[in-house]
Amino acid sequence: MVALLGVLGAWAVVSYGNRALGVMAPALLPTPGEVLAVFADTMRDGSLPRHVGTSLARVAVGFGLAAVAALGLGLFAALCVPVRLMLEPIIEFVRPIPPLAFLPLFLVWFGLGEASKVAFIGYTTFFPMFIAIAAAVMRVDTTLLRAAASLGADRVDLIRRVIVPAALPGIIVALRLGFALALFVIVGAEFMGADAGLGNLIMEGRTFFVPAQIVMGALLLGLLGSLVNVLLLATERRLFRWREAGAAS
Amino acid sequence: MKIDVRGLSRTFVAAGRETPALLGVDLEVAEHEFVCLLGPSGCGKSTLLNIVAGFLRPSTGEVRVGGRPVTGPGADRGVVFQEYVLFPWLTVAGNVEFGLQLKGTPAAERRAVVARYLELVGLAAHAEKFPVQLSGGMKQRVAIARALANNPEIILMDEPFGALDAQTREVLQDELGRIQRVEHKTVLFVTHSIREAVYLADRTVVMTSAPGRIKQIFTIKLPEIRDRFAPEFTHYESEITRVVKEEVAKVHE
Repeated sequence: MVALLGVLGAWAVVSYGNRALGVMAPALLPTPGEVLAVFADTMRDGSLPRHVGTSLARVAVGFGLAAVAALGLGLFAALCVPVRLMLEPIIEFVRPIPPLAFLPLFLVWFGLGEASKVAFIGYTTFFPMFIAIAAAVMRVDTTLLRAAASLGADRVDLIRRVIVPAALPGIIVALRLGFALALFVIVGAEFMGADAGLGNLIMEGRTFFVPAQIVMGALLLGLLGSLVNVLLLATERRLFRWREAGAAS
Repeated sequence: MKIDVRGLSRTFVAAGRETPALLGVDLEVAEHEFVCLLGPSGCGKSTLLNIVAGFLRPSTGEVRVGGRPVTGPGADRGVVFQEYVLFPWLTVAGNVEFGLQLKGTPAAERRAVVARYLELVGLAAHAEKFPVQLSGGMKQRVAIARALANNPEIILMDEPFGALDAQTREVLQDELGRIQRVEHKTVLFVTHSIREAVYLADRTVVMTSAPGRIKQIFTIKLPEIRDRFAPEFTHYESEITRVVKEEVAKVHE
């Protein structure tokens, strides 16, 4: 928190100092005041809430679909060896390709509307989440399964009552990474062709030469990202009391 | 329910080489009998227990439990592991009632059973704790309560006290002896401690070094409540030690 205020302070000193001394064109280095002014303006005319809402809706749908698919397929691949052997080479081939390389293809396929952004976020976030979830499931200690089976658990019980809770910490980490990645790529997707969204807002800042708007967009993205992260961490801590209980006693 | 092991062999394949772990084991454990499996490490006593539990398949031969062949793990055979294997995300009470929940036992009855078995193992005050908050001895008590609460007729124990310090070990041996006098389970208990076997068992099976066969079976004719310092106790101890030593010596040849 202190460090954060320090950075804000430094920004103010440098930008207002630049304004006073004229080291570089004042328009290039927006001051906190200007950014706030843009924020107030865009809030007043309702364009900012619309941009944020559009981006969040795309992230939510794309990430949500990818998360559901990664959970289902991750469990399936981890528990079923033939499926894993079949999927592994495909995934290992596709994974190193930077997702952004496929963005134009998504635009060609799905057009400039919502579908292309949602599909692109889904595509980008699916693979890392899938791999992390499958790995978390495969890490589940087999003696836990033996213990449950000798207490009478059948296959469904084993998945529901042992594998999922045992893998849950790893699954939550996978979802957190996936969400961060979704925020990361939505901007790129909206750069390429969109009529709304935070990426579009930033691009507009470039087109109409309003650096303050670019900075505001970037700051908002950071804020959204950390907000969601804090929320997820808090849920995680509530959910996994059993891991920290030892330290507390 | 009795355990009937007939002509049991098990071979493991590692790096293309076949290693026999068990060879032609025949063993009968009578209902309510407490049988200890004793032998040098690597003699296949845990393999035998894992086959009875249904975790491993035999290469040849079969295991029958209550007359029915074993095809996999089941609630009729409770297992207590050396490394406790509690469900870390469940409280002590949650662990103990795990099997009852699977059976669909009503909540009120579950609570009563959990209370009874936590009382039996002396953990009534720790019902709401999580496993990470417990010592090794407490964890193993929870594991024993979890196995008993499910009310299996057979309990299989794989060196359950092997990871505990000597004092805790003896305390838990006392408790297990006391519990067995109440519960009368059919118990198959793997250990490498001769003292433990003489203290707990009705019969002690000494196995040969790998591949594991039954070398000799001792019927321990001692009173139900045993005194570790009685001359008869020490007599069994030294007798069994002599037989086990022959096998340990073979391992080092």
